[in-house]
Amino acid sequence: MPVNIMNGELIVFIIFGTLSVIGAIAVISFRHPIYSALSLIVTFFSQAGLFVLLGAHFVAAVQVIVYAGAIMVLFLFVIMLLNLGTLSAKGALTGKLKGVAVLLGILLTVEGIYIAVKALNNTKVGSTEIAEAAADLQDKPIETYDIGRLLFSEYLLPFEVTSLILLAALVGVIVLVKRDKQTEN
Amino acid sequence: MEINILEEIVIPIIKILFIVHLLIIGVMVMIWSERRVSGWIQDRLGPNRVGPQGLLQPIADGIKFLFKEDLIPNHVDKPLYVLAPAMLLIPAMITIAVVPFGGTITIEGLDNPIPLQIADINIGILFILAITSLGVYGVVIGAWASNNKYALLGGLRSSAQMISYELTLGLAIIGVLMLSESLSLREIAAQQGSYPWKWNFLIHFPAFLAFTTAMFAETNRLPFDLAEAEQELVAGYHTEYSSMKFAIFFMAEYMNMIVGSAVVVTLFLGGWHFFGLETMGGEGSLLAGLISFAIFFIKTGIFLFVFIWVRWTLPRFRYDQLMNFGWKFLLPIALTSIVVTGTLWVVVKDLQQHWQLLWIGIGNTVAAFIVVSIVAGMLAMDTNSPAVVQDTDAAPLRGLEAIE
Repeated sequence: MPVNIMNGELIVFIIFGTLSVIGAIAVISFRHPIYSALSLIVTFFSQAGLFVLLGAHFVAAVQVIVYAGAIMVLFLFVIMLLNLGTLSAKGALTGKLKGVAVLLGILLTVEGIYIAVKALNNTKVGSTEIAEAAADLQDKPIETYDIGRLLFSEYLLPFEVTSLILLAALVGVIVLVKRDKQTEN
Repeated sequence: MEINILEEIVIPIIKILFIVHLLIIGVMVMIWSERRVSGWIQDRLGPNRVGPQGLLQPIADGIKFLFKEDLIPNHVDKPLYVLAPAMLLIPAMITIAVVPFGGTITIEGLDNPIPLQIADINIGILFILAITSLGVYGVVIGAWASNNKYALLGGLRSSAQMISYELTLGLAIIGVLMLSESLSLREIAAQQGSYPWKWNFLIHFPAFLAFTTAMFAETNRLPFDLAEAEQELVAGYHTEYSSMKFAIFFMAEYMNMIVGSAVVVTLFLGGWHFFGLETMGGEGSLLAGLISFAIFFIKTGIFLFVFIWVRWTLPRFRYDQLMNFGWKFLLPIALTSIVVTGTLWVVVKDLQQHWQLLWIGIGNTVAAFIVVSIVAGMLAMDTNSPAVVQDTDAAPLRGLEAIE
């Protein structure tokens, strides 16, 4: 018995899309940092779901492992270690910070609108390029193999630079927290 | 696009129901066998009153948990307190979805053979790492929501431990992935073949040990159960939990063990293969499918016995020992296995396959041995190492020095 699954895809998109927006709003609405952190995890997780819909399985897995699994555990660890209480309604954003926040918010909104308009223009009816790309994705999800090959050929320099930056950060942290042997004795 | 209802909906649902129920029954059997085996190890009887050999004891326990008052203390953060057990249980149940528990069965009238696995996704092993890494939230949130300092300490320990050992867990499998050139668990299990000397636990022996040890840490089992060390923290993160909520924490621990064993069997112990028995009655026949499932089941069971055996044999680590062990021994072993496997893979590329595997196996073991000796030597020479400093800093010793 044949059943159309395109609708299923749309339903999954709506579920994950809504979840990720609700999570993002909840992050800034909750007064308690633990609840905010948990909402952020919901957002990261739903974004991983959206990546799966796009056929980018590897990116989805990495999203969950790195963001939802590792970074947020550290966030929670720090929040619990410092025992942060509920933030008061005002006082978090005052003076100059408020101006900066408004400015960045406007910038982000403009960017979002620009990308949305551009994407809409590109997907006009009759654009075969988009249709072909979409068909490609349907047939074959982006394999880890492809990502690996691109990383070690075309994007080798950015890849190596990124790893050097990470290494520098690691060394920096160790130097900062290392206690001096002589002062200790 | 159209799909076939029988093949893409009915059969997967049957597989899901079968596996989820098997998992829950497995938890009950594990609770019983843990208590019986511990009794056997300590030369006592263990529970033997309810049913034959005490087999119905887990059901009696379950009924008792269900009928106890579901107490929510006044001082807890209620929404998260209720949510935490579910946050632990759900990741434990999801991970089994990508583990292949047998070969394939071909049934006449169907277009495709049925793989004995809920979902064969091409990033299988990454999926498992991703979902396991979410399991820690149940512990941490439960600990925080309890609003109890012992519980909070348990949660802090647990999150630090998980972050440390997750690295080893992820790095130890990279050697395996390099040789199999796939992330799909079915593919990895299939490539190891029927004979034990080609299975990954010999080729990647140090990585196998590191992965298994990290798996023990991830499931919070002794000797890594510092999150619930009863002599120090009452019961750790689940101090404030009672009745069925406590039972759910308990069930999640056993489910994690079962899934962990299944993953180790798939990655390192050849999955459903055993001396060609899995193809008895022809590839894809019903008999072969059942036998391959039985082989997988028995292997997982043996590994679960090792879990129990270790718990009742080894004492708990001290906290600094735990951290030292994770960062200074397991992590270097896992890193060495990546470097050695990668290098040898290029060097021995022209040899026949069994020679390749032999050299990589020997190289891995020797390199790991050298690295461990170097680390141990450096730790022994460095008198300022944290372990030694902490020993002399210990309060009773300082007291003694003052008297002298």
